[in-house]
Amino acid sequence: MTTSATTRPVRNGEAVPLQAIPQLNIAELRATVLQAVAAGGRIVALFAHRGDSDAVRLVAILTEDASGTLAVCSAEVGDSYAAISQECPQAAWFEREIAEQSGVHPNGHPWLKPIRFHAPWCKGDGGGTIGVTDFFTVRGAEVHEVAVGPVHAGIIEPGHFRFQCHGERVLHLEISLGYQHRGVERALVGGPGKRTIHYMETLAGDTSIGHATAYCGAVEALAGCRVAPRAQQLRGIALELERLANHTGDLGALAGDIGYLPTAAYCGRLRGDFLNMTALVCGSRFGRGLVRPGGVGFDVDTNRRATLLKSLDGAFADVSSAVNLLWETPSVPARFEQTGVVSRADCAALGLVGPAARACGIDRDVRREFPFGIFRFAQIPVSTWHSGDVFARAYVRWLEIQRSVAFVREQLSALHEGTTRVDVGPLAANALVVSLVEGWRGEICHVGLTNDRGCFSHYKVVDPSFHNWMGLAIALRDQQVSDFPLCNKSFNLSYCGHDL
Amino acid sequence: MLKLLRTRLQQGYRTISYPARAPVLPDRFRGRPIFDATRCPDGCRDCAAACPTDAIRNDGRGVQLDLGRCLFCSECETACPQGAIRFTQDHRLATRRRDDLLLNDNAFGLAKALDGKSRRLFGRSLKLRQVSAGGCNGCEADVNVLNTVVFDLGRFGIQFVASPRHADGLLITGPVTKNMVLALQKTYDAVPAPKLVIAVGACAISGGPYVDHPEVRNGADSLLPVDLYIPGCPPHPVTILDGLLRLLGKIDDQ
Ligand code: SF4
Repeated sequence: MTTSATTRPVRNGEAVPLQAIPQLNIAELRATVLQAVAAGGRIVALFAHRGDSDAVRLVAILTEDASGTLAVCSAEVGDSYAAISQECPQAAWFEREIAEQSGVHPNGHPWLKPIRFHAPWCKGDGGGTIGVTDFFTVRGAEVHEVAVGPVHAGIIEPGHFRFQCHGERVLHLEISLGYQHRGVERALVGGPGKRTIHYMETLAGDTSIGHATAYCGAVEALAGCRVAPRAQQLRGIALELERLANHTGDLGALAGDIGYLPTAAYCGRLRGDFLNMTALVCGSRFGRGLVRPGGVGFDVDTNRRATLLKSLDGAFADVSSAVNLLWETPSVPARFEQTGVVSRADCAALGLVGPAARACGIDRDVRREFPFGIFRFAQIPVSTWHSGDVFARAYVRWLEIQRSVAFVREQLSALHEGTTRVDVGPLAANALVVSLVEGWRGEICHVGLTNDRGCFSHYKVVDPSFHNWMGLAIALRDQQVSDFPLCNKSFNLSYCGHDL
Repeated sequence: MLKLLRTRLQQGYRTISYPARAPVLPDRFRGRPIFDATRCPDGCRDCAAACPTDAIRNDGRGVQLDLGRCLFCSECETACPQGAIRFTQDHRLATRRRDDLLLNDNAFGLAKALDGKSRRLFGRSLKLRQVSAGGCNGCEADVNVLNTVVFDLGRFGIQFVASPRHADGLLITGPVTKNMVLALQKTYDAVPAPKLVIAVGACAISGGPYVDHPEVRNGADSLLPVDLYIPGCPPHPVTILDGLLRLLGKIDDQ
């Protein structure tokens, strides 16, 4: 990386002393971020941190995917600075968050408005009224606006969508969130405490394993604790079961959205079969209680392992036949193909992650680039497709299902002997850690900063949805407004993971 | 077409026969907790100290466990030196009154059916509008599952509808974030009376993991009258189904 003089390289799950992080001035930080992105890197996290003193620092976590390195730098900032998003679209959402959380103003931001509609952390009460903002509008003959939400027609989370349409054609979609904001990041400061792991498991309920794994990676690094191989395997198995359940559910839901009911019905049931495998391990379909600092809360005995293997084979046979119907029924690809296209260039500029990025042909997967836990020893091939449309996002999920099944089978058949949980111990004081996990939606990033007592002075969570909501907005351009449910489902982003 | 038929055969018949038969739950499933306060050593507060949501009160006047706050994490069970508290496999958790979720001993007032008139109105056809008001989407996911072939909610005459104007009531999940107060109130107002409110999950009952955060109300009954409480984080789908069926008088064992 050309930026190495101004940044500190860190590995995924490596704690570094705060002192070791280059303290730049804001112009240097800005240049460093722009340079890294121009060189093919990406912003993993960019946030404002208010330490014990009143001064605000911006902290940037950057990557150049190809080299497998993460880089950290930070700079003190005054009341305002020149917005990075002027030149770098993927900074836009981060800088909106910075402004909202810290009150620091990114000057010249092309689209500065709240993302969660809460009062700035430093100023107590106040804050805007949810959903009241200057929406982008289009004017002209026969142009009209469609407003949807926050309460939607199905059993889904709340969010507000504004479509600017010309006839049926969508010129622009603006997504306004924040309805699920429940103050988790703020509540994490001062921890870890007895609620911390439960906050992690409920950042996004369908990603309990993913977020809990990222958190555990962070605290274990800060405490210098080594997790037993068997526990790493069980975490990996749980992470892939979570992916299997959600990908299967998504393929069913995509089928449902185009009225292809056989696959919708079968996958709805099969999603539950994968959840029930997780429940067999830990009693909870969402894996609550399974991933714990120092290891896992439940072991898998020989009988349980045999049952899991059998259920896995059965479920995979049924998923295969259900999903293959999609590709073999001509009316299905006809609806999926060329719908909701995101170009590879837009994907790169926006810094999309997960299946949404891999469906644009971008070979990006934390499990391979920044391997954590068991993935350091057992690689899962990265699945990509090139067309960037609903079809690609569906097909990448199917490829990943096959690879996750193979991985779970392999790991279950070769479980290490030994302990599943060790003591974690106190966290290092004045340190920073970055912990990345490839959740089923994509890159989960947790950044923990500790104070001189070894408690969190800041805990940053970047759910993959945070990167990807803008991808959905772009996918809708020039589409029929009636294709929104299908496009939306093909991303299936988290509102609560975004709103925190 | 042949392929489709073959697949249909392979997938088989998958609907569970609840409530006629007991549900099959995994052996590690954590259902209703029971406790034996006579085992508690003097002055021991280990369970209360371990509970992430302060659901347990243990102040010398006996133990009280608020099932509405419980995340079913079993930290209390692990913390108890005497094995005085234990999670059973009992999935039946729904109550009609908030107070019935405050467990002082092992008596538990499971939800009773609606009274005659409401039951005549809703008993054979109940249309619900779901409102997600904060929370983690776990409860929504396990409500949604009731629409799959496994639970086939439609066979009980219960259906989720797209508009509050078509609904007989609301099923609410999440702690009710401040940002959702107005939307929830408007949705409630749009439901024609008489109407029901069902609170699903620790969040919607008490605030759950977010209890007492300034960004949330502590549950649906901070805003609206609630007719049915279904605890859990999230409740198992069969727990939700059990609660709905009790409300409609389709299950009445105690
Ligand atoms: S009760 Fe638990 S599972 Fe349900 S929304 Fe709240 S945190 Fe999520």
